[in-house]
Amino acid sequence: MTIVVAGERKEYADGLTVEELIEAEKVETPQYVTVTVNDTFLSNAERASRSLQEGDIVEFLYFMGGGTIPSLCASNDL
Amino acid sequence: MIYLHLKEYEKLLAHAVKCLPEEACGLLGGRKDETGNTYIEVVYLLENIDHSQEHFSLDPRGQLAAVKEMRANGWRPLGNWHSHPASPSRPSEEDKRLAYDSSALYMILSLMERGAPVLNAFRIENDHVEKEEIRYIQG
Ligand SMILES: [Zn+2]
Repeated sequence: MTIVVAGERKEYADGLTVEELIEAEKVETPQYVTVTVNDTFLSNAERASRSLQEGDIVEFLYFMGGGTIPSLCASNDL
Repeated sequence: MIYLHLKEYEKLLAHAVKCLPEEACGLLGGRKDETGNTYIEVVYLLENIDHSQEHFSLDPRGQLAAVKEMRANGWRPLGNWHSHPASPSRPSEEDKRLAYDSSALYMILSLMERGAPVLNAFRIENDHVEKEEIRYIQG
């Protein structure tokens, strides 16, 4: 199947999960990355269960933040 | 060297002032040349979803929209910026801890002294912070 990953067309085997794609794409510090498929934000649980399909558009968004005091929000669980 | 259009800087400054007393934040898009110069073509103003005076997190939805627009214009994401309403223009310990991308540019605007804003650009790798010079482009 052909999918679009961060703006680039890529060939992958049918049935690939988002989790497997993260590994295949060697995404660094994936715990700080939010994944969207066709503009839908996935929860961490959905990464393992979601199989990708022909034409899917995937984006990896790095968490970006900072502050003068440690975050009170759960920064790795957007 | 970092090149920044003056009108993009003015946009960033106006937004950061408007967001006071909260920290303001956004993304930087543009290009890099072979000699290592960075050209910031566009400054994105995004929502600080923490709505805090001491913390910021970029709105992921705004981030997604900005990334798509950059790609459509042939630009690339260069890094992010945020304001320090009441502290100097340098990364805090928390800023360093949350700077996951060592290739990214981190810009910090200090509004500590009213009427005398200070913008600096940094590369952050773990605990190591390096400042880069900014040159402003007219027009
Ligand atoms: Zn900061």
